Amino acid sequence: MNYFVIVDVTLRRGIADPEGATIERALPALGFTGVTNVHAGKAFRFDVEAESEGAALEKATSLAQRLLSNPVIEDASARLGER
Amino acid sequence: MSRIGVVVFPGSNCEYDAAAAVEQLGDRAEFVWHTRTDLEGLDGVILPGGFAHGDYLRPGALARFSPVMAAVERFAQGGGSVLGICNGFQVLVEAGLLAGALQKNRGLTFLCQPTTLVVSSTSSILTRGATLGQELVVPINHFSGSYTCSDETYNELNRNGQIVLRYLENPNGSRNDIAAVANRLGNVVGLMPHPERAMSTLLGSADGRVLMESFLGLTGAPSFLAH
Repeated sequence: MNYFVIVDVTLRRGIADPEGATIERALPALGFTGVTNVHAGKAFRFDVEAESEGAALEKATSLAQRLLSNPVIEDASARLGER
Repeated sequence: MSRIGVVVFPGSNCEYDAAAAVEQLGDRAEFVWHTRTDLEGLDGVILPGGFAHGDYLRPGALARFSPVMAAVERFAQGGGSVLGICNGFQVLVEAGLLAGALQKNRGLTFLCQPTTLVVSSTSSILTRGATLGQELVVPINHFSGSYTCSDETYNELNRNGQIVLRYLENPNGSRNDIAAVANRLGNVVGLMPHPERAMSTLLGSADGRVLMESFLGLTGAPSFLAH
């Protein structure tokens, strides 16, 4: 069975995030005030063939940690999504 | 005469500069395509600058899975000299051969300029022929060169003399001005600046020579592994 999985990759707490900081600084100029703690990251979407939801998430988490993220500076988390 | 392998990934673009620097100093350079799995007979290996595998995902993230990298790891474990320049440095940290990670520059700009480096340890194949505190003008050319690591890693690197070059003026937000790090033994070194492009005063600076000469074993103590 195929499961649709979304992996979020974000910078770990305490790691400088110049992209997030730049976006946050740009928002007031566009009239969006009151937006704070902006963090930039990446999202990956793919189908995983697996026996169960749990197995699909386990596989996605494993590949996210091995390839999609750099554990030195990033956290990765996998979740099931809906198309 | 040493035989130096210059690894070529799809997307590498500084391999000719690296080879030219090696040959200018009288050694022999040969290109090693990234699918090769043995490094027999080589005296040293350079991972050059560029955009290996398009830098997709993260710089170095895909290159670390190129077949040649298992051979580079074995070569390093056997005490062989491995030098990663710019993108090559990014590949070495992704492969876990060097500690830390390289992030986008502070300010999010691509930087292409001369920088002044300060030699902060001579216990490495890159700096064994230089003197502590020596200042070297070497260009940088990168977008993701901001060196990052945990406090624990930093303290360990610092204590062991593995931080071998620092920027005099930090151009990219690198932690504690770090420009180059070595592994514990000192035989694997990565740096963001390009010593192979600082080989002639005619082209701006010849300060990269002492670093390339060190790497080739032409200068400095043959056994810097005393620590």
